[in-house]
Amino acid sequence: MSVLLLADHDKGELSPATARLVAAANQLGPVDVLVVAENPGNIAASAAQIAGVRIVQVVKAAETAESITNSLESLAQRYQSVSASASSVGKDVIPRLAAKLDIQPVTDIVAIEGANRFTRPIYAGNALETVTDPQPKHLLTFRASAFRPAASGNAAPVENLDLSVTSAARFLAAHRTESDTPDLATAQIVIGGGVSVASAEGFQLIEKLGKTLGAAVGATRAAVDAGYAPNDWQIGQTGKIIAPDLYIAIGISGALQHLAGIQGAKKIFAINTDPEAPLVKIADVALIGDLFEIVPQLIAELEKSGIRKPQ
Amino acid sequence: MKILVAVKRVVDHNVRIRVRPDGTGVETTGVRMSMNPFCKHAVEAAVQLAEKGQASEVVIVSVGPKQSNDVILTALAMGAHRGILVETDAALETLTIAKLLAKVADEEQPDLILLGKQAVDDDSNHVGQMLAALTNRPQATFASEIVVKGSELEVTREVDYGRETIAVPLPAVVTADLRLNTPRNAALPMVMKARSKPLAVRPADTFGVDLTPRLTIEKISPPAERVPGKTVGSVADLASAIASEVNEMEAL
Ligand SMILES: Cc1cc2nc3c(=O)[nH]c(=O)nc-3n(C[C@H](O)[C@H](O)[C@H](O)COP(=O)(O)OP(=O)(O)OC[C@H]3O[C@@H](n4cnc5c(N)ncnc54)[C@H](O)[C@@H]3O)c2cc1C
Repeated sequence: MSVLLLADHDKGELSPATARLVAAANQLGPVDVLVVAENPGNIAASAAQIAGVRIVQVVKAAETAESITNSLESLAQRYQSVSASASSVGKDVIPRLAAKLDIQPVTDIVAIEGANRFTRPIYAGNALETVTDPQPKHLLTFRASAFRPAASGNAAPVENLDLSVTSAARFLAAHRTESDTPDLATAQIVIGGGVSVASAEGFQLIEKLGKTLGAAVGATRAAVDAGYAPNDWQIGQTGKIIAPDLYIAIGISGALQHLAGIQGAKKIFAINTDPEAPLVKIADVALIGDLFEIVPQLIAELEKSGIRKPQ
Repeated sequence: MKILVAVKRVVDHNVRIRVRPDGTGVETTGVRMSMNPFCKHAVEAAVQLAEKGQASEVVIVSVGPKQSNDVILTALAMGAHRGILVETDAALETLTIAKLLAKVADEEQPDLILLGKQAVDDDSNHVGQMLAALTNRPQATFASEIVVKGSELEVTREVDYGRETIAVPLPAVVTADLRLNTPRNAALPMVMKARSKPLAVRPADTFGVDLTPRLTIEKISPPAERVPGKTVGSVADLASAIASEVNEMEAL
């Protein structure tokens, strides 16, 4: 009944969402983590600390879809489930592996209903599909934001695997956004900006509000397309899925593709000039008005009140 | 270079869908259908490569009911050369679709296969990656830029940390993201011309692929509705509402 879970990582560090994925996978059985990285040391050490992890297996290799898929494939026969995050890496490799193993995968899982019953959103989250998977092996991706993190304090053994994996695709260059804002997918508070923020400078105002609250910053597709915000800030059906305790949407209309990414938010607050905007309609708290007037005043109010940020 | 582009007919992305009260699915009768937006970006990319003289032929394939002819015609009107409909009324799983497309790829031997990164109905994001595995090709998913460099492509991909550029030798599979290009709206003369382009219709059950689904769909349900909130009158009220949320978080 054991589960193999692929670990996501960036810049040599384990993804902060991993503890949530371990918790999800653990509902199906004991969890072994696989790390595929060029510099796996720190990543594996962090994964070994997550409660519920039985062993961390490490493959030192380039991080292309083919090399990761091949690494997973060589271990797959020992596991009843092979799983990953519904992240850009998990989405890239799990379907590829599934086709190689002739298994129909179940992806973007938001609830585990039983040993082989899963719920996943379809139609941008406007419907939920519950499926039974009678196949001998399950290939799965989980939405990290839908699961609570496992505890830490474990010391699972780390085992280096001597696999030689090949890849026709070659990594050439990373283009990343240097930003010290918290991880969107796991943040407790997220501030989102829409196209009406009107410029990259406008987004500095949104970021400043984010800093005041210790929040992550996101954006709509329209804002990203306009070049005001980087692509990895996009929230929605085709961007990141968030599930913070509080989402503050600033100058965002609330198109259904955007709403797809924020359904897991506990509370939604909105600032918008239009009282009829769909986002205002679903917001728990809305303030009608011009964001350029409201946001600077809001930052001042919050600073004055000496608000304590969540850790 | 020869390009095969796979396209899907889906409920139009502007339609607010309704879950059938009996939990059997999403209401699709009488609902506006169109080409999946991501597939449009894939078609546009192929047509642009042809216009630059980097592709000699663009072949469109769709797996679906007879009405999927409409989305093939849309792609032909955008500038593709010919179409293939793999016809079936059955709701196929992504692995089955990938297997049918692999058969078509075997026959057509394209250098590049382009697809949308996901379809906005089932939101699976599977078929390109599966097709790459079944045809033993490298893959470049979520593409926002494609540059032809000799017998390779340099593809920039949208990933969780930003963007990355990878090199994939041809033959390869690439899936399109939304910022790859701006799909054209075909002018009327092109729409008329599309009707005279070759379009082959082939029943899905003639490819030797088992079409039986593996998973059982138990039910389709609507998401939980949010309870309506309130409007506050001042920035101070908003700030105190935020402060009380943050305090509750810390109490956790
Ligand atoms: C296939 C597909 C996938 C998509 N995926 C995504 C996705 O993942 N994420 C996503 O976000 N979108 C996505 N979209 C785009 C989506 O449909 C919307 O176009 C987009 O979300 C709109 O962004 P917006 O709210 O910033 O802009 P708009 O819809 O233009 O809204 C701007 C809002 O700002 C308000 N406003 C204007 N001026 C001010 C001011 N001074 N102060 C306060 N408020 C102001 C207006 O009242 C309005 O409500 C997708 C679309 C398609 C077709």
